[in-house]
Amino acid sequence: MSACTCPSDPDLTHRLIDLTQAGLPLVDDPWAWIAERLGISREQALQLLQQLQRDGAIRRIAAVPNHYRLGYRHNGMTVWDVEDARMDQLGPLVGAQPFVSHCYRRPRRDGWRYNLFAMVHGRSAEDIDRDRQRIRQLLGDACRADDMLVSSRILKKTGLRLNRPAPTDRAQAPSQESSSCSE
Amino acid sequence: MDDLDRRLINRLQHGLPLVPQPWQALANELNSQPQLLRQRVQALLDDGTLTRFGPMFDIERVGGAFTLAALAVPEERFDTVAEQLHAMPEVAHNYRRGHAWNMWFVLACATPDGISASIAHIEQLTGLPVLNLPKEETYHVGLHLPV
Repeated sequence: MSACTCPSDPDLTHRLIDLTQAGLPLVDDPWAWIAERLGISREQALQLLQQLQRDGAIRRIAAVPNHYRLGYRHNGMTVWDVEDARMDQLGPLVGAQPFVSHCYRRPRRDGWRYNLFAMVHGRSAEDIDRDRQRIRQLLGDACRADDMLVSSRILKKTGLRLNRPAPTDRAQAPSQESSSCSE
Repeated sequence: MDDLDRRLINRLQHGLPLVPQPWQALANELNSQPQLLRQRVQALLDDGTLTRFGPMFDIERVGGAFTLAALAVPEERFDTVAEQLHAMPEVAHNYRRGHAWNMWFVLACATPDGISASIAHIEQLTGLPVLNLPKEETYHVGLHLPV
């Protein structure tokens, strides 16, 4: 076949994203399905995926659950105003807690004082209150204020989808309802 | 949802193994059959328990960009603005949250320039200022919801 076998070929990577960002079909041989559409061999397709996973470009090929349907009806975005000088020490500590799914430092803005974000998920309001309390203990006097923004409704959850200028002769992605990257 | 569904959901949140026969490998692990596992995943997608099955790309590692942003939407306009954002492919997730900043969404674009263009578009569309909070440091990413 014709395509470059180099796994880090950006064009091939982008074609793979276009092909699979809406989902991978549930077929016996998904690597062959990808290979056929990218014009590479089955072995090359598997190598490409392995390479991208090693590089961190693909986190994993996974099933993304609907939190609510699994009983995790409560999700809280806890936000913290943490002393800048102590962030390098405290951010990783909060991120390492098993009940924290995502943890980031973000900028302060006019009307927004919080610079540390930690997402928590639970089956009850008490669960996430307890998680918040644990984070508060970890941060101690480095935290000047905090809040927890609880989600009351999912307005959209299609996941990350990139629109690129369309190359011609594009294979159709399988029709799953949604796509997701990092969540 | 039965025991096999639970084990399958827990296992698949960690990802399909990148081996020559991935479904067979999964079936061996779960003491099941590849065809049955795929049927179960399809059923879980169909009933909305799973929202997606496929590669999870780190957008930033492939040249793309994303950000977390928020709007403070007047209550009487909330549904209209939610629909306006829903129609934008750049809006990946959008949640209503209990706060003065009551609408929180993730924007994902193929390029960093796309983010600022999307924000400008939303501000023009809604007449509301966007609170743009791109991450400056990642301390942890790894949602796992055991069932």
